[in-house]
Amino acid sequence: MLEEKKIIDLKRELIEYAALVEAMIQKSIMGLQERDAAMLREVMQTDESRANALEIRLEEICTNIIAQHQPKGKSLRTLLMCLKINNDLERMGDYAVKIVESSLFLIEQPQVKPYVDLPKLAEISMQMVKDSVNAFVNEDVALAQNVCARDSKADGLSAKILQDLKEYMSEDSHTIDRSLSLLRVAGSLERISDLSTNICEDVVYMVVGKVIKHHAALIES
Amino acid sequence: MNNEMVRIKAENVNFYYGQKQALKNISLDVYQNKVTALIGPSGCGKSTFIRLLNRMNDLVPRTRVEGNIFLDNVDINRGQIDVVDLRRRVGMVFQKPNPFPKSIFENLNYGLKVNGCKNRAEREKKIISALQKAALWQEVKDRLNESALGLSGGQQQRLCIARCLAVNPEVILFDEPCASLDPISTRYIEELILELKRDYTIVIVTHNMQQAARISDFTAFLYLGELIEFGLTEKIFTVPTQKMTEEYLSGKFG
Repeated sequence: MLEEKKIIDLKRELIEYAALVEAMIQKSIMGLQERDAAMLREVMQTDESRANALEIRLEEICTNIIAQHQPKGKSLRTLLMCLKINNDLERMGDYAVKIVESSLFLIEQPQVKPYVDLPKLAEISMQMVKDSVNAFVNEDVALAQNVCARDSKADGLSAKILQDLKEYMSEDSHTIDRSLSLLRVAGSLERISDLSTNICEDVVYMVVGKVIKHHAALIES
Repeated sequence: MNNEMVRIKAENVNFYYGQKQALKNISLDVYQNKVTALIGPSGCGKSTFIRLLNRMNDLVPRTRVEGNIFLDNVDINRGQIDVVDLRRRVGMVFQKPNPFPKSIFENLNYGLKVNGCKNRAEREKKIISALQKAALWQEVKDRLNESALGLSGGQQQRLCIARCLAVNPEVILFDEPCASLDPISTRYIEELILELKRDYTIVIVTHNMQQAARISDFTAFLYLGELIEFGLTEKIFTVPTQKMTEEYLSGKFG
């Protein structure tokens, strides 16, 4: 098969992987909100092993294309990005599992506080995942930059949740265990949005060959 | 890998040029509708091996073959084998394009006549179809009666492929088909081989490792007449099992 066609197929598989990870994140949050243990367990028992298998498969495909075709220029950048995105998606999947672990504990307990900011943060994070992969597939630099800009929103919400939970904990020490679990959920979502940002920074590199991470653009200027 | 249908099976093949043993106990399966590449340094026996598959070595004096080579379970070196028919079924394209010094049309017409296709209209149909399959038709359709020697190197090689296709082979052997072509013509031929494997079984000898990597499904690595490793190309080029294969692929010898 020709290199170009293999890369198209590879991208298709990456989209499938991203969709699975997105679904894992969604189930982990929805399971918490609706106290649905079955939905949460599904993430650990079914989705995670599928995600692991996809990760290994994608890595194999990338390795084979590099070994068989020695891609250069944009094809090479695309393949290297695929490997990195593959890695990022795998870690996002791990965070979804972390959320599930905390959620399984939380749904057995009375709720510390109404979930207001947490679903907002989840919404933002999931949209960032979706958009980052779309930006990669469509090589959409504008969308990628837009996702990067949203990261501060996620950080802000995460900080607000921390602030609220600190108050709950200092008022009533019985809420500490639950609050810490909720913090882990928020922290995982915040990391997921960070990883989406990573993907988008890589998309910019892939398309225009310019590094924008670690504020490189600022340093250059 | 074993779910594929085996078209050619070599079993314990030894081959001698006079006293000199050129192939040592080679066993190898060639799968249907796949591209099998033979790689290895000069003198490793890859060309010798491919030429055994349609008995081209018969033409070399004082040679001897031992072991069995089966085409569809029939041993091609034993019993009542019609060598002309074998070479029709197992066609060959050589390193240097070798069109007949005749017109483009005659280059294909000749083989059809030799193979007993008496009806001219039918021959014309087959010639057009072969030129189309070899991705040459568009370039030559208005000059079929011109000399084949007036074509470029890449076109000549595609003409040789068309000549081979015209007689409706089942297996096509390519002996370094791109060795004398420029990169653009090489890409043309490589794309063509990928197209052809849908209808034919292909064995290719190549000095160019990257070519083997790009277009083959299976790769055999030969060294000093021995088959060192055979397997799926993507495995051979990423995780070969033999140290010698690894070293050859990374350019440490050969």
